[in-house]
Amino acid sequence: MADKAFLYDATRCTACRGCQTACNQWNENDEEIPTVENGVDAVNTGSYENPPELSPHTWVKIRFAEVERNNKLSWLFTRLACMHCTEASCANVCPTNAISHLEDGFVLIDQDWCIGCGYCVQACPYGVPHKDEETGTARKCTSCIDRRDNGYEPACIKACPPGALSYGDRSDMLSLGRQRVTALGGDATLYGENELGGLNVLYVLDDSPEVYGLPAEPKLATSNAIGQWIGGLLTAGLITALPLWFIFKRKNQIAAGELNEGGAK
Amino acid sequence: MTNHWNDIANADAIMMIGANPAENHPASFGHIMDAIDKGAKLISVDPRFTRSSARAHIYAPMRSGTDIAFIGGMINYVISDIEDHPENYNLEYIENYTNSLYLLDPDFQGPADLEGLFSGYEGSNNETDDTKRKYDKSDWAWQTDSQGIPLRATSLNDPNCVFQHLKSHFSRYTPTMVNAICGTPEDTFLEVCQTYAAVGKAGKTGTIMYAMGTTQHTHGAQNIRSYCILQLLLGNIGCAGGGINALRGESNVQGSTDHCLLFHILPGYLKVPQSVDSSLADYIARSTPTSNDPLSLNWWKNTPKYIVSLLKAWYGDAATSANDFGFHYLPKINAGQNYSHISLFEAMDDGIIKGLMCWGQNVAVGGPNANLERSAMDKLDWLVVADMWQTETANFWQRPGADPTDIQTEVFLLPALSSYEKEGSVTNSSRWSQWRYKCADGPGEAEDDLYMLTAIYRELKELYETEGGPNAEAITNLTWDYGSGHPDVHKVAKEINGYDLTTGKLMATFGALKDNGDTTSGNWLYCHSYVEPGTDATAPDGNRAARRDPTDTSGIGLYSNWSWCWPVNRRIIYNRASVDLDGNPWDAAQPVITWTGSGWTGDVPDGGAPPMNQGGYYPFIMKPEGLSRLYGPGMAEGPIPEHYEPWESPIDNPMSNQQSNPAFKIWRPEEQGSTSEYPYVCSTYRISEHWQGGQMTRNNPWLVKLQPEPFCEMSEELAADKGIENGDRVIVRSKRGEVNVVAVVTKRFKPFEMNGTTVHQVGVVWHWGYTGLSTGDSANLLTPHVGDANTMIPEYKAFLVNVEKAD
Repeated sequence: MADKAFLYDATRCTACRGCQTACNQWNENDEEIPTVENGVDAVNTGSYENPPELSPHTWVKIRFAEVERNNKLSWLFTRLACMHCTEASCANVCPTNAISHLEDGFVLIDQDWCIGCGYCVQACPYGVPHKDEETGTARKCTSCIDRRDNGYEPACIKACPPGALSYGDRSDMLSLGRQRVTALGGDATLYGENELGGLNVLYVLDDSPEVYGLPAEPKLATSNAIGQWIGGLLTAGLITALPLWFIFKRKNQIAAGELNEGGAK
Repeated sequence: MTNHWNDIANADAIMMIGANPAENHPASFGHIMDAIDKGAKLISVDPRFTRSSARAHIYAPMRSGTDIAFIGGMINYVISDIEDHPENYNLEYIENYTNSLYLLDPDFQGPADLEGLFSGYEGSNNETDDTKRKYDKSDWAWQTDSQGIPLRATSLNDPNCVFQHLKSHFSRYTPTMVNAICGTPEDTFLEVCQTYAAVGKAGKTGTIMYAMGTTQHTHGAQNIRSYCILQLLLGNIGCAGGGINALRGESNVQGSTDHCLLFHILPGYLKVPQSVDSSLADYIARSTPTSNDPLSLNWWKNTPKYIVSLLKAWYGDAATSANDFGFHYLPKINAGQNYSHISLFEAMDDGIIKGLMCWGQNVAVGGPNANLERSAMDKLDWLVVADMWQTETANFWQRPGADPTDIQTEVFLLPALSSYEKEGSVTNSSRWSQWRYKCADGPGEAEDDLYMLTAIYRELKELYETEGGPNAEAITNLTWDYGSGHPDVHKVAKEINGYDLTTGKLMATFGALKDNGDTTSGNWLYCHSYVEPGTDATAPDGNRAARRDPTDTSGIGLYSNWSWCWPVNRRIIYNRASVDLDGNPWDAAQPVITWTGSGWTGDVPDGGAPPMNQGGYYPFIMKPEGLSRLYGPGMAEGPIPEHYEPWESPIDNPMSNQQSNPAFKIWRPEEQGSTSEYPYVCSTYRISEHWQGGQMTRNNPWLVKLQPEPFCEMSEELAADKGIENGDRVIVRSKRGEVNVVAVVTKRFKPFEMNGTTVHQVGVVWHWGYTGLSTGDSANLLTPHVGDANTMIPEYKAFLVNVEKAD
């Protein structure tokens, strides 16, 4: 299967945040939504940026930044969500292989196998996965695998009014992104083409990645298998010999290409 | 809109002024981006750098309430440039399609001669006597020949022609004056002028996208007039990618206007009867314009056919020529009296209006001077609210500070269905009537509006039949043939289209409506929307609003077989101005219509006559004289837009001694705040995440998560002066009230440097109220009860406040 990708064009985004809402709605991320019943206290902290951070229940958000460039004000909008890296730190450090690549390159956390150790939370160079204390698992963008498997585009893509978000074969997204960058000229750049082995979320930016708050050279977190296993055991706490055996068996099967659950790349 | 949403993609330049489409019309931005992809320049003129400004090539800050000065400056630039570089402008258009050559009365004088006033003002500068705040407009008329046909100069250089009057009037609007009034830096202003004037060349087009930032001023209608003048001088009206495009604030606001949800019109923009109309003939004589000019089609000459067909639709067999077709059943207003929102609430406060039906409208949040309007409802005998939620309006008697035991108003809350739970049509800003289908059942006893109105009608009819009453036949003789059970919305749509009573068939088009009682039409503009099955293969059962062909064969995105558009599916109105005198499009690459020698191709032309050089008529067929009005003598405060300050303003009008619009009604002079107490300009606005009075969004947890609280935006400079930190709670006060909201301190508001004077502006969002999931103060606690001189739309967008950190 060909690699797929999202293309986010920051120069077309109007920060309406239809993507945020569509994501919450489709994925039923209701837990921290303010309602009379759950009493979540939603406040404005002096910004349009609400909620202020990604969280186990906010998988995509738009960052707003007021930046002065060449004596002119810019209000820069940046999409924050899983970058679906080819060299994925989260997958590298995951002790249970709950995090893996789908056949088309997107990165998925298998909620049944996640033990909530939090390594991915620490390892991600973009600060994406967050641990849900209620489920005890790390959660993030699923690339709307459930929609895509049924022939629908991801929820955020469908919701975007100005066409800032596109979805398709990664090669097509790369050429569309390059076209846009050429049209913009100046310091415009296509982010994600080569970073971390190539991201499956590409960004069209009219300036350097740092101006948009993105790391120019994101670092891959490498695995330290023994340390992680001990950590995993400590975190899991109650893991007994039998599930441990299953975990080892699964890891070996995936490595041998015998198991497709979650999709091995 | 003269044009339509998709057509924005055809523009070479787009000016967003008084509009923030990225936040309030997000879907439109796809079309804007399409235009930018093709090389269009996007200009944002706004007091505050918005999410729309973030995408613009040029952002020009402009103090709230100063559009006429800004656009007047642009008109000044364009007129000078037309004289210096006529080759860059479409003079054939200006001379032949506008009233630029009309000769004015030599006695006519304007603001340059009369201290900011025009000839004929009945008061003096800054008149306080309401009876004198108006004009005798006799000096404003243009010269005519013995037949009443306007006299035209032979050249734009004639000193008494409209063009030269515009030139001298707007010559006062220099870049320095624009800066002194608007606070726009001169270099930025000139960049806007140069960029936008480039679409004055024949074949180039620019569009103006405007919304409530334009209209909600004491001079709102003149703001729009100024946009029209600019667009006409640039030859943009009628062309693809041009026009004057009002972004309507609600999905069906165009439909509600078409079907007369305003006091001054009947369906299809027929004039409302007045008490002076003692007969149908009187009404027709007063409201039907005449023209003896053979070149003018004067479309409104058809008024008698439309009013009689309307009366036949409403009163059926009870409407006969013997009883003036039931004309006397219609309510009649007092000439010159305004019955719009502010007037209604003043009348409630005065105890004149005793009952109110509030239909899908949350006035306790959305009305101006909310403290006043909420307490005015205390004086009602009864209030009916039809809504999906128990809104602030339904709950007005439980508002903070009110004692329910003191309020005797009986309140009825009718639970309503959402648009997804009922079937019917919605007319969008493009004038497209689009049919919607029911996709879900509503909760509980919720019903659709048609059901509720029908139930009320049936009760009223029975009461009038058994008990009688004044003008009882107005109700008892109404036709209401929508079925015996749940009313059938298709029958309503067919009645709106109308029937030929001699055949019993649906009318094909309004061209065949008659004034003898043989035809009906509930709205002549919609006659053509629901036709006999088989007439139109693309229309399911004849319902053209339900057409769903997504292909475009026009090349300019007309999508003529998608839904239906008034009038007669014409997607761009005044499209005869998109071609030259021989019928060739100004823009061959984006033709709206083209004369083939024997007929027109493209969009439905504004009438099928040949081009003007071959015996055709003038293009602006809705004006009796057939030409568009650079000079518009129908306005209340002058035939040419002149800058006046808002009712509450931080400065003396730099343009003249006339401080504010001389013709609007001042309801409560004692409620005018002074600059010493309230030094800052304030505007109110909406945000993407919430909608209108908030009942549909403040009860939606996902949206509350995005924008949980009301806020006040202010500059870093003002915040520093006032010791306010970002995120602090602040009190914003006006002469009318105060709000406690969060401070959003931002670089996106900058103090206006106006020729040496510094003026600060702040902005407060207005969606909130005291009911629902997310509560907070509405900015309308601050806004004044004054409105536009022509329309009385409230001045929500510019007034004075003070801001302090909350304790």
